[in-house]
Amino acid sequence: MGNITFVEHDGTEHAVEIEPGKSLMDLALDNGIPGIDADCGGECACGTCHVIVEGNGVSITGSASDAELQMLDLTPERADSSRLACQIVISDAMDGMIARLPEFQM
Amino acid sequence: MNIVNLVAKQSAAIVPMPLQVKAAHLLYKTKVKLGVYTEFPEFVEAPVPDVSTLAIEDIDVSNPFLFKQGCWEPYFKRLRDECPVHFQKNSLFGPFWSITRYEDVMFVDKNHELFSSEPFIVIGQAPKELSVEMFIAMDPPKHDVQRQAVQGVVAPQNLKEMEGLIRSRAQEVLDNLPLDKPFNWVDEVSVELTARMLATLLDFPYEERQKLVYWSDLAGGGAQSTGGSNDMDELFKGMGEMAKDFSLLWRKKEAETAAGKKPGFDLISMLQNNDATKNLINTPMEFLGNLALLIVGGNDTTRNSMSGGVLALNKFPDEFAKLKANPSLIPNMVSEIIRWQTPLAHMRRVATQDVEVNGQTIKKGDKVVMWYASANRDERAIDQPDQFIIDRKGARNHLSFGFGVHRCMGNRLAELQLRILWEELLARFDSIEVIGEPEYVQSNFVKGYSKMMVKLTAKQ
Repeated sequence: MGNITFVEHDGTEHAVEIEPGKSLMDLALDNGIPGIDADCGGECACGTCHVIVEGNGVSITGSASDAELQMLDLTPERADSSRLACQIVISDAMDGMIARLPEFQM
Repeated sequence: MNIVNLVAKQSAAIVPMPLQVKAAHLLYKTKVKLGVYTEFPEFVEAPVPDVSTLAIEDIDVSNPFLFKQGCWEPYFKRLRDECPVHFQKNSLFGPFWSITRYEDVMFVDKNHELFSSEPFIVIGQAPKELSVEMFIAMDPPKHDVQRQAVQGVVAPQNLKEMEGLIRSRAQEVLDNLPLDKPFNWVDEVSVELTARMLATLLDFPYEERQKLVYWSDLAGGGAQSTGGSNDMDELFKGMGEMAKDFSLLWRKKEAETAAGKKPGFDLISMLQNNDATKNLINTPMEFLGNLALLIVGGNDTTRNSMSGGVLALNKFPDEFAKLKANPSLIPNMVSEIIRWQTPLAHMRRVATQDVEVNGQTIKKGDKVVMWYASANRDERAIDQPDQFIIDRKGARNHLSFGFGVHRCMGNRLAELQLRILWEELLARFDSIEVIGEPEYVQSNFVKGYSKMMVKLTAKQ
């Protein structure tokens, strides 16, 4: 089994064991990662599980859907590899991926 | 385009805005006199019947006295249980669908391509002569452009800078409250604090801040739009004054910037500094609409959550004890207050095509009302929804801010204001006792308080 590392805005790292099939949002919530609000509970409708994926994450997680991009447009901290964690389904291939958290969720 | 509209459009660019509102008012009055428009009837209050005595098709949740008389809960519970997607064909606001369950509201809110926000987001409408345009009532892509121009002002990064200012304003208000003597919490605290915040965000003359409250109440309280008690003449007059004051403020800021002054960090300056909105003043109905939106959006909502929290803790005294023993629960309680109160009861959409929602076929063009107030009490989605539980798990999952592209832009400011208010209240007072029953606003949109007497006891 591999790991995904969440990095808080202040640099604190949390390495979490991969659970294939789960959403990245649920993985963060289940492991008590601070900074993921998940207000809509994974419906791609609030933008409060924003993460910036780095490393191999960019190619493995694929691209955001139109609905997801539209929500990401509402956040001022949007970066090129911004994603909503609720829209990423975890797979074994994501071992070593880094998900950086913004300073604020919108 | 007919000649009247053509002339009106051309004159919009040259005639000063307040005069245009005046002209629109005259046109409206003439059309009423000529019988082109039937005047919208004034609502006369009568006791709301017990919902169990009504046939399902006769239930009309657009009745603006449901909230005022405090009898909305059994109405919406019956719809949620028996007919969650409900059609009322005879209301004074025309036929409309009610969406009452959490899951269905989420579906409608998320799918903006199936459910348009145009032309209005309340159950009724404004007169055509006052059809102001605001981005909350626009669909993408125009909505996105206008929203992006202003959302920075209430973005969390900027709120961080403002926290100290918000706190000192709250302290000023709370330090001057009477002790051991009943006073109206709505006027002295909720209205006053939100007015101070709005004046700050808009860089509006501070000593004239009550005007913002007045305009907000006017814009949100028309009989024809939300079942309120404001009359049309007052609405036109108020919007004329608002047009005048904001035109002046806009021109003043423009002149200051031209003279080399660094633009401030207020909403007007932000609009002037964004390519998409820098000429907003040349489209008066859009100018007025977006300002009204920002004022109403930041006014009724936070105001009524400030009152609602006090009432909730009085109705659930064990929760107040829990709060005093553990003030770190404040942030979670703030979300619970916003859910329990749901200061805006609904948002309206129009179906852009035939669409099935929970077994009912909604036809293209039908009016669809998402009742946030009901969905936030949906037993299917929320455990013990009528209970106020300050350490509720998943308290953030409420619908009061809406979901999707129209999600409340000021949500973080609202949370911040409420958090600071409760931190400062706990530091000062041992008890915050509601005396008697509060009085509620007449509206099917604003779920709020007109009066709530409160007595404070100082902390020992």
